[in-house]
Amino acid sequence: MRCASPRGNLALALAALAIAAMPFYASPYHMQLASTAMIAAMFALSLQLLVGGAGMVSLAQAAFFGIGAYAVHLLARVTDGAPSILLSLPASASIAGLAALLIGPFALRTRGFFFLMTTLAFGQMLFFVFHDTSLGGGADGVFIQRPVLGAFGVALELTRANRPTVFLLLNLLVLTVMYAALWWLMRTLFGHALLGIRANEDRMHAMGHDVLRLKLAAFVVAGALAGIAGHMAALNDAFVNPELLGWHRSAEALLIVLLGGIAALHGPILGAFAYTLIGEIGQSITERQRLVEGLVILAAVLLLRNGIAGIRLPT
Amino acid sequence: MTNIAGLFAQILNGVQYGLLLFLISSGLTLIFGVMRVINLAHGSLFMIGAYLAYVTAAATGSLWFALPAALLGGALFGALLERSLFRRFREREHLDQVLLTFALILLFEEARAALLDNQFHSVAIPAALDFSVRVTSEFSYSAYRIAVLGICLCVAALMFAFVERTRVGSAIRAAAENAEMVDLLGIDASRLHTLVFAAGTALAMLAGALAAPLQSVYPGMGDGFLIISFVVVVIGGLGSISGAFWAALLIGMIDTLGKAYVPQAAGTAIYVLMAAVLLWRPAGLFARA
Repeated sequence: MRCASPRGNLALALAALAIAAMPFYASPYHMQLASTAMIAAMFALSLQLLVGGAGMVSLAQAAFFGIGAYAVHLLARVTDGAPSILLSLPASASIAGLAALLIGPFALRTRGFFFLMTTLAFGQMLFFVFHDTSLGGGADGVFIQRPVLGAFGVALELTRANRPTVFLLLNLLVLTVMYAALWWLMRTLFGHALLGIRANEDRMHAMGHDVLRLKLAAFVVAGALAGIAGHMAALNDAFVNPELLGWHRSAEALLIVLLGGIAALHGPILGAFAYTLIGEIGQSITERQRLVEGLVILAAVLLLRNGIAGIRLPT
Repeated sequence: MTNIAGLFAQILNGVQYGLLLFLISSGLTLIFGVMRVINLAHGSLFMIGAYLAYVTAAATGSLWFALPAALLGGALFGALLERSLFRRFREREHLDQVLLTFALILLFEEARAALLDNQFHSVAIPAALDFSVRVTSEFSYSAYRIAVLGICLCVAALMFAFVERTRVGSAIRAAAENAEMVDLLGIDASRLHTLVFAAGTALAMLAGALAAPLQSVYPGMGDGFLIISFVVVVIGGLGSISGAFWAALLIGMIDTLGKAYVPQAAGTAIYVLMAAVLLWRPAGLFARA
């Protein structure tokens, strides 16, 4: 997995500026759309650390996303009222990371197809815990109190008018920090070790690396990042339901990662925006949104072997 | 006494659900075993079979035409899919196959919506079987469900005979055991793949047609069956038909009895079992050690 070149990062920074300037030229609807794409990008980035980083294809990622979202709801019950985002965001990340820490040692005993199936099993287990018990409010989901955007008595008042702008900028901030953190992480010794595992796990083991511990660390960090994405989704929608944890959502994140390109760290960001855009265009030109999505994915898998990030302009 | 009768009915339901699961997952396990393809669109094939039954029953007034139509149409459709699409993905990574079959799910659902609609439909039980069989004075059981049980058992017996007794069957077993072996033995792998994919599609569509009168026919109905079929395939051991048979019965029973008696834990229990098999008996619960 490559990290973007200085020129690539400059292009990403310009795109981020264009998003930050959206309140000046875009409608609230389009700002909400950009927020949706950015949350999908956070979620897909968390999966990219596993897939592109260490070659671990997991179907449990949505479970950590959902736990991060439900943590907001459960925390509001404990604190008896809307908590501050300064409390709820770390709480979502730690609870999702903790879940990954509990599942990881089991799931990581397997590799390849068996890892895919083991993570599917654990993901579905958590899905049914929220679906079949009253822990999170039952199968139909619940409306939740949004965390307060502020702390120590100072808070930003959310209104119908300023909400799209505030969420747009907040999501942009979280996505930027997450991307920068992963960019840094992949350049550390830890990141290089993960890439080594992806290239040849047995060789890394023979060279004396504690492969299992490295993979567990990646699994936990990815779980915590998915939890953050889930937190932002809960904040945006003020609603959580068990479907957030379902395998379908994991598959969708995988789709975004593959569409964007697993060979580049920024692939999922491109993939998430492309996927959101394809759905939106599909919806506006035809009644048949999924037809357009299906055809684009089919074309991508037949023609684009390295995803969108792998497209090279002829020079 | 009624409790015992209820339990008996649930057990029969469990067996019948398990046998339907076997029809779906036997194809899935063979397609993975022989072709090494993770076919996420397998549940959609089940859905197509159910809708085919709905359309056929509406057009001809009887479900009986739907069963051969699902088998033959499924075989043809499967062969076509393998020749036109899956063939190109033989040398590609698992992830590309996941992407391809996920796109197929979307396209099949959309084709269904375009040709028909997004409504729930019920399919009538054939008139000849629309009665209950009195087993004891207090307990009677739907004749159609008994017929489904019988048909599934016949198909399973035919499949075992084919896979265990014929030359092509032994080639399939060899391929499921070790894909390279087929090339070494001088068997035409390309024809074998078409055959396996066609058979898998036909079985999934037959299962859909049989299930249509038991539950409504609805969009996305293949989804739940897809994942539970993967559970069966994993618990039975990848590529093993007999493993899939026993695993399907086990899962059918746990799911049916669990939903009836401990609804809070039924869903979770199946996946706990799946994870346990993956971690401690990855070759399958019923594999010889």
